[in-house]
Amino acid sequence: MDSVGNIILYVIVALSMIVFSFMSVTSRKILRSATYLLFVLLSTAVFYFQLGYQFLGAVQIAVYAGGIMVLFVFSILLTHRPDDKSGKIDSHRKVAGVCGSVLGAALLLFALLTMPVTAAGTSLTEVLSAGSSISMADIGHTLLGTDKFHYLLPFEAVSVLLLACIIGGVVVARKR
Amino acid sequence: MDLGILWYLVPSVLMFACGVYGFVTRKNLIAILISLELMLNAADLNFVAFNRYLFPGQMEGMMFTLFAIAIAAAETAIAIAIIINIYRAVGNTDINEIKKMKF
Repeated sequence: MDSVGNIILYVIVALSMIVFSFMSVTSRKILRSATYLLFVLLSTAVFYFQLGYQFLGAVQIAVYAGGIMVLFVFSILLTHRPDDKSGKIDSHRKVAGVCGSVLGAALLLFALLTMPVTAAGTSLTEVLSAGSSISMADIGHTLLGTDKFHYLLPFEAVSVLLLACIIGGVVVARKR
Repeated sequence: MDLGILWYLVPSVLMFACGVYGFVTRKNLIAILISLELMLNAADLNFVAFNRYLFPGQMEGMMFTLFAIAIAAAETAIAIAIIINIYRAVGNTDINEIKKMKF
């Protein structure tokens, strides 16, 4: 049995997530759709906090809502005029988009609702008390350990990837 | 009323569907990238929800989401660099105008 506060928080966040993600793909002003994307990312961060992953929520806010959104806003301001509106969507594209997304969502929902593992309803309070809370020390040991289920190699690979990304970004975007 | 795993998976499905719709219908490169972020975010939320409900004692889903966020940041930075370069060469970011490398 979950507390009423948790459920109210869930309903608000889930509604804002769905509504804002719909608005961000249908809004005709690109800066507005970036703003709606920011709201979606923040609601996802609230879900992470609610599920007990505080570090992940903080990373989501810092990297996504902080870093990536700044990149988006800068690139939009560099490539668009403030009053630019995207044109009307042609109908065959719209039909393709609606068919693809609705059929895909229906298939996924059917698979979810018939999957036996999700039919068993455990409450959030139960699973939160079943798993021990994750401390920063645990995360650090898992990231930099070399045992089973530890992630030193992917960590190093990501650092190389970020270096490649810096060099690639500079090379691609520099003036010739 | 209990908040089961489905309560977190269903919003994520709807978010993914919105991302697919935007990916197919939008014609602006940055708008396509925004739809892509929506889909990535839905996948991340799935990882976390499955981790919390099915394996509450472990943290594999959380680690995957951490790495996915890092890789998404790198991918977005490169994609935006490419988009700005296209804007310099072509003058806008509409996918209908970019035909040189299409065929």
